[in-house]
Amino acid sequence: MQHVSAVREPLITGGKTYHDVTDDICKQVEAAPNIRWMAAFSVALVFLGIFFYSVYRTLWYGIGEWGLNKTVDWAWDITNFVWWVGIGHAGTLISAVLLLFRQKWRSSINRAAEAMTIFAVICAAQFPILHMGRPWMAFWVFPLQNTYGSLWGNFNSPLLWDVFAISTYFSVSLVFWYTGLVPDFATIRDRATGKVSKIAYSLLSFNWKGSAKHWSRYETVSLILAGVSTPLVLSVHTIVSMDFATSIVPGWHTTIFPPYFVAGAIFSGFAMVLTLMLITRVTFKLEDYITLEHIALMNKIMMVTGSVVGVAYITEFFIAWYSQVEFEQYAFINRATGPYWWAYASMMTCNVITPQLVWFRRVRYSIPLTFVLSIIVNIGMWFERFVIIVTSLHRDYLPSSWAMFSPSIIDIGLYVGTLGLFFTLFLLFAKFFPVINMAEVKTILKYTVDNGPTYNPNKAHHAPAQVAAPGVPASAPITFNQHD
Amino acid sequence: MTKQFALGIFEDEDVLLHAVENVRAAGVKVYDVFSPYPVHGIDDALGIERSRLPIAAFFFGMTGLAFALWMQIYMLGFDWPMIIGGKPHIGLPAFVPVAFELTVFFTCHGMAITFFTITGLYPRFKVPVMDVRATDDKFVMAIELDETSSQFPRLTQLLRENGASEVNQKEMTN
Repeated sequence: MQHVSAVREPLITGGKTYHDVTDDICKQVEAAPNIRWMAAFSVALVFLGIFFYSVYRTLWYGIGEWGLNKTVDWAWDITNFVWWVGIGHAGTLISAVLLLFRQKWRSSINRAAEAMTIFAVICAAQFPILHMGRPWMAFWVFPLQNTYGSLWGNFNSPLLWDVFAISTYFSVSLVFWYTGLVPDFATIRDRATGKVSKIAYSLLSFNWKGSAKHWSRYETVSLILAGVSTPLVLSVHTIVSMDFATSIVPGWHTTIFPPYFVAGAIFSGFAMVLTLMLITRVTFKLEDYITLEHIALMNKIMMVTGSVVGVAYITEFFIAWYSQVEFEQYAFINRATGPYWWAYASMMTCNVITPQLVWFRRVRYSIPLTFVLSIIVNIGMWFERFVIIVTSLHRDYLPSSWAMFSPSIIDIGLYVGTLGLFFTLFLLFAKFFPVINMAEVKTILKYTVDNGPTYNPNKAHHAPAQVAAPGVPASAPITFNQHD
Repeated sequence: MTKQFALGIFEDEDVLLHAVENVRAAGVKVYDVFSPYPVHGIDDALGIERSRLPIAAFFFGMTGLAFALWMQIYMLGFDWPMIIGGKPHIGLPAFVPVAFELTVFFTCHGMAITFFTITGLYPRFKVPVMDVRATDDKFVMAIELDETSSQFPRLTQLLRENGASEVNQKEMTN
């Protein structure tokens, strides 16, 4: 049932029927895990082990296990936190912003991207919670009665705003993601043969039967959730940037931080989506769903946001000079030419120079190059946060207290450990949940087809019922004559 | 309680829409339509009224906003005033982020809970399904029959004429 538009590349290739879509996606869930999945999962578990060991060391011996010192008292923990939260943003952008802009190509990637958001936020949350020193008191961040925990929170503090922003972001993303999963769980449930899987997916599918009224309400809910998630995603990284921007540390006290951080977040998020999608597409043979066209489109978004970030870097330098504030100027000169020049140089190369390669069509459509580029961007964005945080702190107003920061083995362990946590969760998701939103992909099969919806309620006759003959398979080519 | 249903199975959404209109025009009440994805235009064809969920969402949002402002003003302004950075106890600009986040929080969760409640979607060990293919690739129109199922032959013919690839009878227990 696929027609080829003369103008646009089809969103889904391979001439898929509805049943093919169901088969292709459910196959991953129903079959025993393949060897590539097992190998990847074992590696992820090793890193998860490193994570648990580092957490144990941090909790048992305290924050002294980290490389922090009196001058640089905020380093890898907050770097990793901001990096992970930023990565999450692409998922919400794809699921919410692109939905509002009616970008139908998002259908093949939104499920996995939203899963990425949720797992990235889980990883991000580890760092501030561990840095509390007493994570079992973590609930004290919420406003509690004075007689019970701490005082009511300080609502003037961006750190408290962060608590509200991140918890809202996490729970809203989770609800959005799960609501989208319900119809697909129903598909798996109706195909399930095993007793356990039948019951498990029955519970997960929430009594979903695909009723017309339910679909109608479901679409309303999706649209409103997208509408509230769009400002939410912008607010989250804005608030994260205010952790820095509202302080008076030179190099942090900057009004362009909110848009600069949001652009950076989307930039790094798309890089991570590309990394994950390229792996998923090969592992699960989804080349017809995540096409070169998808990869090229994501590359373009990455390039645009990367360029925004580049402009922000240059603006910061200009404003430091223009402000005539000596300390501000020193912070930036020190960033580029001081002892951490190599971090600054890596950031500039990875984030500003290499993404410009995407201007070349051959790079945009090349899978190996895109993969390498996406990893480079992720490295670059990690360095961006490191540069902002550590180079601003390590030389403060008082030269006698200037210091350098070097991470301890536990710092490194926690960071690579969260990568293990992330990939463990993502691989479990990819095995037990449908990685592509089947229901949504089915709606766009026909859109690739013609130049718009085939149904027009104002017209007395829509497509003639040529398929009426029983026994004609859905895959048989159908020719629509819109103007009869 | 058991009920009898005639199930018309369709292969294509446009044929289904056409059939829904014709079946309703013939004076037959359509019980429900099950499809693997949202069929646009089926609301009008079936006479499903416009959702009032957006209105509910708006009021949930307002509740969140009011709660957030009350909470911050009460806690920092009245219950335990503290001087923080020499700023006023009730500094409304600083309360904006939390007020915004709670507005979104209440909107999203309030609406999701409302949606799952009013549509009767909740976890069940066994889900009664009319036709398992409705979540895969078929569009199913269900019409309720009376106890004797006497209309079934006539409905079969009507559905066939309107493009159903098969028509089945199914007994459902709620």
